[in-house]
Amino acid sequence: MSYSDKVIDHYNHPRNVGSMDKSSADVGTGLVGAPECGDVMKLQIKVNPETSVIEDAKFKTFGCGSAIASSSLATEWVKGKTIDEALAIKNTEIVKELALPPVKIHCSVLAEDAIRAAIGDWKKKQEATKPVAVQAAH
Amino acid sequence: MSTDVKTPPPASQATEQRPSANGIKLPIYMDNHATTQLDPRVLEEMLPYFMEKFGNAASRNHPFGWAAEEAVELSRERIAKLIGATAKEIIFTSGATESDNLAIKGVAEMYREKGNHIITAVTEHKAVLDTCKHLEKGGFRVTYMPVQKDGLVDLEDLKRAMDDKTILVTIMAANNEIGVVQPLAEIGKLCRERGVIFHTDAVQAIGKIPVDVNKMNIDVASITGHKLYGPKGVGALYVRRKNPRVQLVPLIDGGGHERGMRSGTLNVPGIVGLGKACEIAMQDMPQESVKISGLRDRLRDKIMGRLDETYINGSMEQRLPGNLNISFAYVEGESLLMGINDIAVSSGSACTSATLEPSYVLKALGTGDDLAHSSIRFGIGRFNTEAEVDYVADRVIETVERLRELSPLYEMAKEGVDLKSVKWAGEAH
Repeated sequence: MSYSDKVIDHYNHPRNVGSMDKSSADVGTGLVGAPECGDVMKLQIKVNPETSVIEDAKFKTFGCGSAIASSSLATEWVKGKTIDEALAIKNTEIVKELALPPVKIHCSVLAEDAIRAAIGDWKKKQEATKPVAVQAAH
Repeated sequence: MSTDVKTPPPASQATEQRPSANGIKLPIYMDNHATTQLDPRVLEEMLPYFMEKFGNAASRNHPFGWAAEEAVELSRERIAKLIGATAKEIIFTSGATESDNLAIKGVAEMYREKGNHIITAVTEHKAVLDTCKHLEKGGFRVTYMPVQKDGLVDLEDLKRAMDDKTILVTIMAANNEIGVVQPLAEIGKLCRERGVIFHTDAVQAIGKIPVDVNKMNIDVASITGHKLYGPKGVGALYVRRKNPRVQLVPLIDGGGHERGMRSGTLNVPGIVGLGKACEIAMQDMPQESVKISGLRDRLRDKIMGRLDETYINGSMEQRLPGNLNISFAYVEGESLLMGINDIAVSSGSACTSATLEPSYVLKALGTGDDLAHSSIRFGIGRFNTEAEVDYVADRVIETVERLRELSPLYEMAKEGVDLKSVKWAGEAH
């Protein structure tokens, strides 16, 4: 199959590859997919608790070129966005940006899932670490 | 590509090879189970049969027909000689898929009154499996035998599967993905003892390893041109004429060509090419198989000497000389192919298919889906060189290392996480 230039570029020069300390309270980790399906994405975000802005993002992906490109692009897009802005990212936007063919749409879905999972993990940590503070604010 | 044949090069070559720094041409073709490059000696032999000697081999009353017929009969002899058969036992077809269909459907229909049971194996080519499935709809009973971890059928399983209604056993000689060579002589002996016809899809094996229809008690065998440096669109079927005489109901009715088993005007240039390819294979096999298996072992040793957690799929002992099928744990096959895009090989991953199911052959060996997705098939052939093997090994190593740095699975495994125990979130994908 032939890939778009953007997929090839992300595959050859993936952005934001790496890992952050998943035990840190500011870091949210999303791990989605399954090895049996040929796709696993790990996407991590570092969030400023005051502003809810995603200050850094990292990823690692096991999967085809389109899966690598989708997650690489996802890290680029979430950086600098607030949690709510990042949650608004749709897989269809990834499909459009990378010109993914229909058989590769699941890669973009997985990338969207990874963003949501990472944010979900961060939110859970916030609730767990600041229950008292939250109550006090009410 | 260098050939001695004086033909003008085609105007545009999509796969034109570019010279690289160390003298080898890129891209490198190492997918010789899919198809092979035509041998220049084969092309040379074929060329006169397109224009000067264009006759119909069935034209009995002029020299154009005689010349074509003579060429066809020479090919029949060359093919027969390679497999220890006689010329009259060779039927020409359009290729492997037709040969498999004719063999299986032809035997099934001819011997239907004797029984309705057919035995095959789960790792067969789709040309065999889908033909068997078709027959099941028509009232035949088919046993799809499992294979062992090394890809070989268990002869005890075969014995147990046979009953008094069994009319046909169809087991491939060598597998197209993992190159494992089935125990043909043992299977043939079992079939002969029980009066069951033995068909083998031998397209990957013939011309690569010795196949003798008498020593192995093979009754019907499928052959194709383009897997052994011959042309595409031409194949043959060996059909035993005595001890026992095997008869087939034809798939194609018409002028009664090929002893009534396959009507249709013969593809004379193709047949000439197939015959020449068999002659070359017979002459060159002893040296060529040593050279090719040497290259294959060099590739294996280089890759596996550098990369940990790489696994060979299928028996290394019972294997075609040119086949190497390796799973690279933690790296997905398609992304690996993308990284080595100046090398033509195949992957057992099927990320583009609707089902995302990886290779059914690898799954049949008990290889997990994750490792099946991580597999690459290397098919080394007549025209590959040591320099190419070294280049391929280096590119594979460097790409696997890069993709492992990118792989969350590799990171987790290095941290000591047991990947099998992880509850994956995306099982539905």
